[in-house]
Amino acid sequence: MTIESHVIVLEAGRAERNYWRDLWRYRELFQVLAGRDVAVRYKQTVIGIVWAVMRPFLTMLIFTIIFSRIAKLPSEGDAPYALMVLAGLLPWTFFSTALGDASLSLVTNSNLISKVYFPRLIIPTATVVVSFVDLLISFVILVAMMVWYRFAPTVNILALPLFVVLAFLTSLGPGLWITSLNVKYRDFRYIIPFMLQFGLYVSPVGFSSTAVPEQWRLLYSLNPMVGVIDGFRWCILGGNSHIYWPSLVSTAVITAFFLWLGIRQFRKMEKTFADLI
Amino acid sequence: MSDTVISVEGLSKRYLVGHQAARGERYETLRETVTRGVRRFGRTALDMARGRQIVQGDTVEEFWALSDLSFEIKRGEVVGVIGRNGAGKSTLLKILSRITEPTRGKVTIRGRVASLLEVGTGFHPELTGRENIYLNGAILGMTRREIKAKFDEIVDFAEVEKFLDTPVKRYSSGMYVRLAFAVAAHLEPEILVVDEVLSVGDAEFQRKCLGKMKDVSAGQGRTVLFVSHNMPSVQQLCTSGLMLSHGTALYRGPIDGTIAQYMSSLDQTSRQELRSRKDREGDGRLRVVDVSFHDEKGNHVEAAICGQPLRVRIHYESQFDGQEVPVDVAFNLRSNNGILLTCFANIQTGAERLAVHRKGYFECLWPKVNLRSGSYMSTLFVGVEEQTADWLQNAFQIPVEEGNFFGTGRLVTRDHGDLVMEQVWTGASA
Repeated sequence: MTIESHVIVLEAGRAERNYWRDLWRYRELFQVLAGRDVAVRYKQTVIGIVWAVMRPFLTMLIFTIIFSRIAKLPSEGDAPYALMVLAGLLPWTFFSTALGDASLSLVTNSNLISKVYFPRLIIPTATVVVSFVDLLISFVILVAMMVWYRFAPTVNILALPLFVVLAFLTSLGPGLWITSLNVKYRDFRYIIPFMLQFGLYVSPVGFSSTAVPEQWRLLYSLNPMVGVIDGFRWCILGGNSHIYWPSLVSTAVITAFFLWLGIRQFRKMEKTFADLI
Repeated sequence: MSDTVISVEGLSKRYLVGHQAARGERYETLRETVTRGVRRFGRTALDMARGRQIVQGDTVEEFWALSDLSFEIKRGEVVGVIGRNGAGKSTLLKILSRITEPTRGKVTIRGRVASLLEVGTGFHPELTGRENIYLNGAILGMTRREIKAKFDEIVDFAEVEKFLDTPVKRYSSGMYVRLAFAVAAHLEPEILVVDEVLSVGDAEFQRKCLGKMKDVSAGQGRTVLFVSHNMPSVQQLCTSGLMLSHGTALYRGPIDGTIAQYMSSLDQTSRQELRSRKDREGDGRLRVVDVSFHDEKGNHVEAAICGQPLRVRIHYESQFDGQEVPVDVAFNLRSNNGILLTCFANIQTGAERLAVHRKGYFECLWPKVNLRSGSYMSTLFVGVEEQTADWLQNAFQIPVEEGNFFGTGRLVTRDHGDLVMEQVWTGASA
């Protein structure tokens, strides 16, 4: 490459022309950072990666006991209740760890930000990838449970990757927005765990979204995780579950909005991160 | 094609800094605490609503770390950037390495920049040496292939072959630094920006690093910007210099001229009355206001004499009232070219508790001055009850005159190094 192709002009408020190309150039750093976070996640723990399986499994047990045995809520179609809970728990666990970790990612990596240049977008995105690895691992329980209940998937399962991508984007948008604000206002560090705890109960994780009365269903669908969880259930439980289209559309719209908001906020603040962190 | 690789025009950078209002008394009433809290909350809430930065403290002030700085650097130059603490060196490097953006002005850079502002950025303690080499390399902008190609060289340079698969949290600090520097030393960008990183590690390794840096700059006409307080290494490494003071360029030219300019600026500040210096650190429970020199009998003198006793009195004002408390008073001596010669400190001698008065002085008796004639710069530190109370860079100078050190009537002149040693010579048949 010639020197001429590398002229950089630094000026106040100058928009980065080659931002997205730069991002591509730094893809190796992205891999390395994601790899680092995955590698250190379960270092110096006794049961290591089993943690990724244990947490959703135990939550599934408790939710099944509380919502099915005690509250006597119905499952979707003939699907076993535990399986229905798990199908909702997988995207929710992914969403909550991804959003929680991404929101703190810039602050926890402050040493990198104040000492080296790279497109900062790499940091929160790499964090979301780590939660994604956890999601893949916890699919192991899903397979085991399906074998246990002798529950065969239908052709719907083929659409699952689409909903995984949707879950990814749903957590990335707010994650970017909050992590950039968190650099300036650390209040968000306290807001997020609270919001996520709250969200576990307002999202249809322990119960089916069909349990929500019809007249409230549209309002309920403003929670973008409703569409994601319904989608997961539709893929996994097959004909027992039915997609509620308005909720899927609202999820797509809200996700797109947050993604736009997140990236805009992030790009706007990116250059001041090193000064504020 | 222009030969200028970096051109900086009117560069300025502003920071906002908060100040705590001075509290006259140590204690304040509940009402004062509450009103201050409410006022502060009002301000931060307003700032947040306007999307502004939250600044800690009672009043906010603008601080220009760089103001209207302009200079140019040609291809292949090795530029030493020097200046006192707070002159704007680090801010300049941060802007050049694109970590932060300028408030005003423009920088044009032709070529790929790699910056080394800290040794071992992004090292993860849980990962092994091998993994960290790849991690750190990627962070510094090397591709996986480049790192692979240089892997053996890096390991060899760092001398850590045996521990490659041990997590770096088990490394000794020396090994850690060696590994970190080794990765950085194998960067091959067109422009390299280096902040004070050679000040780590043992002397031998520092020499090795300096040699490596020299290779880096000598080969392939690479451009290097090098910040350091270590004048001998700047002199060895750099071809030209840039001296910064209060955010502007005070001197740009050959390295010898830059260093001379820097040394003379140190002299000027030290002549400034200590009492009025603002660039100090510490909690201020004790402030040094003056330093004076005295002979054995306590008579005031202007300079020390080689071979004679010297009393150095460090005068202070404090918030104590004659209590005997743990005190840590220290001053060091640097030669003309910036080499650290020695350090005087009360705790070395076991005198760890001293009486501290509202106004008073600490005295250090130096029974026999063993410096050749010249002027020696000193940085002063006072800690009280294990907290830094006052810390002044280049606080004062000790002028030393030629003297009859060996009692032979012959004066010791300045030609043979800075130190004079007691010595006894005899001859014998073997």
